[in-house]
Amino acid sequence: MRLSFPHMGNLYIPIKTFFESLGIEVVVPPLSNKETLELGVKHSPEFACLPLKVNIGNMIQALEKGANTIVMAGGGGPCRFGYYSEVQREILSDLGYDFEMIVLDPPKGNLLKLVKNIKRLIGDNSFKKIWFSARLAWKKAVLLEELDYADGMARVSKKLNKKKANNLFNYFEKEIDLTVSFDKLQCIENQMKECYHDLTPSFEPIKIGLVGEIYTVLDNFVNMDIKKKLEDWGVYVDKSISLTEWANTNLLLRLLNIHGEKNTEIAARPYLNHFVGGHGLQSVGNTVLYANKKFDGVLHVLPFTCMPEIIAKSILPAVSKKYNIPVLSLVMDEHAADIGLNTRLEAFVDLLCKRKEGMKDEILFRS
Amino acid sequence: MRIGIPRGLLYYLYKPLWEKFFAELGLEVVVSKKTTKNTLKKGIEVTVDDICLPVKIYHGHVISLKDNVDVVFIPRLVSIKNKEFICPKLMGLPDVIRANIKDLPPIIEPTVDLTSSWLGFYRAVFEVGSYFTNKNTVILKAFYKATKNFKNYTQALEKGARPDEILEGCCNLLSNKAKFKILLLGHPYNLYDPFINLNMIKKIENYGARVITPENFTETIFKTHLSKLNKPLFWTLGNKLLAAAYQLKERRDIDGVILLVSFGCGPDSLIGELIERWIRKNTDIPFVLLTIDEHSGDAGLNTRIEAFMDMIERRKAT
Ligand code: SF4
Repeated sequence: MRLSFPHMGNLYIPIKTFFESLGIEVVVPPLSNKETLELGVKHSPEFACLPLKVNIGNMIQALEKGANTIVMAGGGGPCRFGYYSEVQREILSDLGYDFEMIVLDPPKGNLLKLVKNIKRLIGDNSFKKIWFSARLAWKKAVLLEELDYADGMARVSKKLNKKKANNLFNYFEKEIDLTVSFDKLQCIENQMKECYHDLTPSFEPIKIGLVGEIYTVLDNFVNMDIKKKLEDWGVYVDKSISLTEWANTNLLLRLLNIHGEKNTEIAARPYLNHFVGGHGLQSVGNTVLYANKKFDGVLHVLPFTCMPEIIAKSILPAVSKKYNIPVLSLVMDEHAADIGLNTRLEAFVDLLCKRKEGMKDEILFRS
Repeated sequence: MRIGIPRGLLYYLYKPLWEKFFAELGLEVVVSKKTTKNTLKKGIEVTVDDICLPVKIYHGHVISLKDNVDVVFIPRLVSIKNKEFICPKLMGLPDVIRANIKDLPPIIEPTVDLTSSWLGFYRAVFEVGSYFTNKNTVILKAFYKATKNFKNYTQALEKGARPDEILEGCCNLLSNKAKFKILLLGHPYNLYDPFINLNMIKKIENYGARVITPENFTETIFKTHLSKLNKPLFWTLGNKLLAAAYQLKERRDIDGVILLVSFGCGPDSLIGELIERWIRKNTDIPFVLLTIDEHSGDAGLNTRIEAFMDMIERRKAT
């Protein structure tokens, strides 16, 4: 079995670690790039959302690199993501690829199927080994998030210039990727602490909350590295979604069935009173929470035609007005260009600076 | 008391149920007028541009009602079938309307959610009913009459009548004499609102064809054909379209298939692809996918329908 999977941010690092330490050969597709997108756009339905297209690109590139099995996450709706796998299988087999797709669906009354599929992946590894691999992968995921945060602070506080920050980030990312033992990971964590010390900025930075669809928030190719871009301008960006947190609430709590009502849902209630799939409800709720935490603005990112986030986009202007917090909705599609994005971001940050300096600006919502 | 029902979205499926229910509760039911250019214009003015056409039009209907009624009925339709959804956009509908339209009368917004239990339906019925009366027997009786009315409607559909014909009260089942049969696939609000689809049904039937739609198929057809799916699909409307397409392998009497989708429709961006690939692989029935949005000019769409129908006519002649 030569296993592969589509990208989402640097999630490939923990996933690869997990399967490799179980002794499975893993083929990581090339990091999403222009060619990935072109391939994806060419072979996907025109009006499918961007994540599906990039996924298709990743999968084709993985199959070309020799993968013969693809693991894909499933879902129970109502967001389209839950049915991606079925459409992707059709597209790829119509293209003539010979492969197997293993879909991991959340256990909605069908625990057996999930167990069977997991079994197919992990083979007859001992429980001890699986536990070790999972812990190693998890530790990496946590470290990567710490790295992301530290790197952001280093940029915002201007303690490191852009080039140095990039180098340092790449160095640690690679180290985390290649490490296979806990001891070594511990060393890396210590190194990180040494390198990223004293990161408090000497000024009060503009603070932006980043909300929106999970893939767009987490994948830097798809969001055109929006977070780093802002941080290099000295703007502090808080991601409302983190992978480890998402895994905690969605995988673990769901399995144990203790998924209670969360703060975001309560905060969203006066404006959006029901789950609408994906992260639509969280986008609204988190905007309220950011306003309460006195953030200067909220950035809402979504792929073109994303249903849950279109609901959020429809509702956010009302929230923005009520809480007097500027919100910018950015729709990402295959035509989104760097230049256009920069101008809009600059204008937004400009607005936030002016407001912070006490200048009044009546325009709150832009899209 | 006057209750307003916007003529949009799933109104086309549930009119006989909702209208009868409210009338039996002693309310004066006001349904918004048929969609016009103005409905659309009003809807576009208040919505974000990337939301789909039927939802924009729905906004227009709410606007046209809001000053003439005491309450409006905007249900939150989460799920009308176990383990299935309709569309995220309908799950957030009342909230979106509230955010977009000012000075609304009170909204009656029952949540209909059958994802985990059929009881969800009765909960919704009592939620709505108790808004107008505190006598449970009155609610039950109204509901009983409404369901009966609705049953008649679905039976007529299964016999081959189309919702547009029944709602207009001009059922011409005799058109079985039609020269050929076209299967028109799409969501009810796109198929039965002649404004949205530029009067497509009429145009096709002018060729002497009979148009059948997913509403004409029985639950059994859906069940048999959907069991083939690798993974059950979680959209009710999508399931209807898929099943209607899958049964084509066994049916020899369909001469052409038209799939009508709204621009930017999430579910159909995937379903459309699956249907198209399946039909091309498994049948030799001509197929065309038409996308509609607020800019779809009469001319472009008309040419495509005409070309398609001409082709089918020729094919039939040989
Ligand atoms: S199913 Fe499609 S057309 Fe209907 S409301 Fe949802 S996105 Fe719009």
